[in-house]
Amino acid sequence: MTLNMWMPLFALMTSLMASLVIFVLPEQGYRLRTAVNLGAALVKLGIVAVMVWGVFHGVDYGLSFTMLPGVEFVLKADALSMMFAGLSAVLWFLTTIYAVGYLEDSPNRSRFFGFFSLCVASTMGIALAGNLFTFFLFYEMLTLATYPLVVHRGTEQALRAGRAYVIYTLTGGAVLLLAIAWLQGLVGDLPFREGGHFGDADPALHGSLILIFVLLIAGLGVKAAIFPLHGWLPQAMVAPAPVSALLHAVAVVKAGAFGIVRVVYDIYGIEASAMLGLLEPLAWLAAFTILYGSARALSQVDLKRRLAFSTVSQVSYIILGICLFGPVGATGGLVHLLHQGIMKITLFFCAGNYAETLGIHRIDEMDGAGRRMPGTSLAFTVGAFGMIGAPPLAGFITKWTMGTGALASNMDWVIGVLVLSSLLNAAYFLPILHRLWFREPRGSWPHERQWGRLETSAWLFWPPMLTAAMTVLVGVLASLPFSPLSWAELVVLRAYSS
Amino acid sequence: MTLWLMAGLLFTPLAWAVLTLLTDFSRGRLVSWAGILVQVLVSLGLWLAVARDGGFYYGLGGWDAPLGIELRVDGLAVTFVLLTAVVAGACGLHAGAYIDPDKPWHRYFWPLFWFLWSGLNAVWLGGDLFNLYVGLELISLSAVGLVALGGQAGALRASLRYLLAALLGSLAYLLGVALIYGQFGTLSIAGVATWLSDHPVPSGSGMALALMIAGLALKTALFPLHRWLPPAHGIAKSPVSALLSALVVKASFYIAARLWLELGQPIGSLAAAQLIGLLGSAAVVWGSWLACRQQRLKQVVAYSSVAQIGYLFLLFPLTFSVSETVSLQAQQGMTLQVISHALAKAAMFLAAGNLILSVGSNRVDALAGVSRFLPFSLFSFGLAGVSLMSLPPSGGFAAKWLLLQASLGSGQWWWVLVLLAGGLLSAAYIFRIYRASFLESSGTDQFFHPSRSLEVIPLILAMLALGLGLASDQVLTVMALPFEGEGAP
Repeated sequence: MTLNMWMPLFALMTSLMASLVIFVLPEQGYRLRTAVNLGAALVKLGIVAVMVWGVFHGVDYGLSFTMLPGVEFVLKADALSMMFAGLSAVLWFLTTIYAVGYLEDSPNRSRFFGFFSLCVASTMGIALAGNLFTFFLFYEMLTLATYPLVVHRGTEQALRAGRAYVIYTLTGGAVLLLAIAWLQGLVGDLPFREGGHFGDADPALHGSLILIFVLLIAGLGVKAAIFPLHGWLPQAMVAPAPVSALLHAVAVVKAGAFGIVRVVYDIYGIEASAMLGLLEPLAWLAAFTILYGSARALSQVDLKRRLAFSTVSQVSYIILGICLFGPVGATGGLVHLLHQGIMKITLFFCAGNYAETLGIHRIDEMDGAGRRMPGTSLAFTVGAFGMIGAPPLAGFITKWTMGTGALASNMDWVIGVLVLSSLLNAAYFLPILHRLWFREPRGSWPHERQWGRLETSAWLFWPPMLTAAMTVLVGVLASLPFSPLSWAELVVLRAYSS
Repeated sequence: MTLWLMAGLLFTPLAWAVLTLLTDFSRGRLVSWAGILVQVLVSLGLWLAVARDGGFYYGLGGWDAPLGIELRVDGLAVTFVLLTAVVAGACGLHAGAYIDPDKPWHRYFWPLFWFLWSGLNAVWLGGDLFNLYVGLELISLSAVGLVALGGQAGALRASLRYLLAALLGSLAYLLGVALIYGQFGTLSIAGVATWLSDHPVPSGSGMALALMIAGLALKTALFPLHRWLPPAHGIAKSPVSALLSALVVKASFYIAARLWLELGQPIGSLAAAQLIGLLGSAAVVWGSWLACRQQRLKQVVAYSSVAQIGYLFLLFPLTFSVSETVSLQAQQGMTLQVISHALAKAAMFLAAGNLILSVGSNRVDALAGVSRFLPFSLFSFGLAGVSLMSLPPSGGFAAKWLLLQASLGSGQWWWVLVLLAGGLLSAAYIFRIYRASFLESSGTDQFFHPSRSLEVIPLILAMLALGLGLASDQVLTVMALPFEGEGAP
């Protein structure tokens, strides 16, 4: 059916068109811009919902044309793409609401929202790309679209962070391009396919394939912030809160992690990756990153920086999960793609609320903030407990599934990593919660402003409440159909059965 | 029909050159806009005709070679003719609004512009070495004149330097042509290639080819012969810089490439091919490095041209003694690089011109606050930058992808490093500009705002450069069309 062919393109175009419209809107056109933004986000949400339903029932969504001799531009929706597309469609809607409130009265809003929508378009493209070449197109587009957001404030510090971001990501992109071009020269244009391509690869190619795998992971690992390629992430914290929220929860780090999942599952194939001996070292690297990120988070005094190192750690759960050779572990890793997004965006929304409403940036300024901002603090608490892995929240589902998966595939050491990391998570989150709820306020806040009838502006208040509620719901309702867990099981089922 | 199109294509620029010589700048502008319209339509018509029916030889005035001038109208040539129409047309429109009509010497802009255009068409279509020489001289002399239009002492110095380099290059080329004529008794490139296919290579023909390519490399500003380019391109008026960087340097490169593709395999040597590739790589690295260190905006863009030209010369090693597939990939990559660089660099010079007009200074660090108050001009500059950094989905990316494939396919992995490093280095100088313009200065708008028409033109060119990547396959199909007289005459 022709409509199905165009659906992926529509999903992409809603944000792209919104971006172009917003760029030409005048800076003062506040209402119109907000309407375009939210309208496009809602339309996209609708399109993605239809596609999720369709993919579940086996509908084929795909569009391709020849871009260069021997290379196709392919957009295609499979179960894994819908996971990422769904995540970005939902969270983007909420982040847009948040950003509208956050940026009230600040300059350069046309530019901000234009590039913001361009970012969504890029993540949609990343989600729906049907081969590595198309994936790369959108992966680089994401780099370019996020740069203006990172340097949005235009201060020296922001520009420095932007520079680090660009150096890391463009170098990563160059390495990735080399790997993709090499692979193309070796075996031609490979579409993403459940089960991968190299199950019966010629042994003569094994050496090159291993080398290419290393290059691919190195290129993707920059955005996924795998140690030692994570340096840009904490620096990029100078960006406005909605940007940090999106960098951490949906767009950039997830694009890297998602790419690694694609390479392992849909290019190499999980069995071939294991046969080539690629999963074990990657698992060790991911495990190290998990512990390293948590350990570094402990010593951060700036709230957003602590959250940033927490992200470094949490994203590697996804990678560790898919390296556990077996369906259960893989489910745990994949589901964290969504769970981490929901939890981390909650925490960043809350951090933004504290900063905008009370002027709080450092952790030691947070004493007693729970009394002044109970709603935000409640959401923060839910997010933090979710990260620690307390049942029945989202993070618990992840850790539980991964733990069972590790036992099933005889990688018992992973349990140790999970436990240790949970202890570290508790060690850097619980003191914050203690300050929030159990300490006396210090008198005056660094920079307080009264903002509407709620504890803060309604635009800022509701998004974290909603994502906190989701954190609870995806945990409690994990076994319902279309929950992240059920969907991850569907992805894994399809990957292992082919 | 095609005959009329050919006549229109060749006749309009010359006629308009004479017409505009008789009037002042403002009236010349009106006349020229009409001429640009004609020229764009004719080029488009010719391109469509060739895309439908394939290429052909065209004897000027009905005279065939060797008596008359014979033009080679193939897919590649008409693509470049169309590219010239788009870029030169855009520069002409921009110049009409950008150049101050009150300075008396500016009236010479239009005649020089039209002579330049006719020279470019002559080079794209030329089939024999001497006609190519004539076209080349027409281009060089009008380009030197255009640089000198700047009027300051600096512009005169730069144009004089440019003139000397161009003359020296022509001289070397002409010497090579004379040697070829002495050895083969023909000036047609295809004729020489045919003769070589069933005769041994005469001694001394290597020398002839080397002289011609060296002369052309000097005119293309290949490292280390690039020193004349940045001052000339940097100091000229922005629409002129755009013309020079986008089209003029490509003309001499185009001749060198045609020579190499027809005669390189029989006459050239592996060492020569690798040496030229090495010089191209050095240009990429050195040009980018110097671009990073420039304090003036247009100098950054000019040094970027030195670097971008370097990529083109990778054609030489990637088409020598390699498989058909690799050679084709390299040629396609080179063509896309020529087109995308022409569009992107023209866009970038025009946008830089607008920025300089608005800011009132040509220094990079004067750009603070531009992103807030002049987003439009910066956006065009930024989009052009995406293509120069060869990031997807631009034409620059498509070119890089093909060149990467050609390097990997022929086992010449060292060019891979150059291509990847070159992309990162260009990002270094382009992000430096972004960085300068994202800095928030004082909160008030003290900039001059140029008219919308000035701002729209570079945006359109930049969009074309960016979109080229997505349409690469279609463009490459036209260039690979069958050619009726393959191998003849």
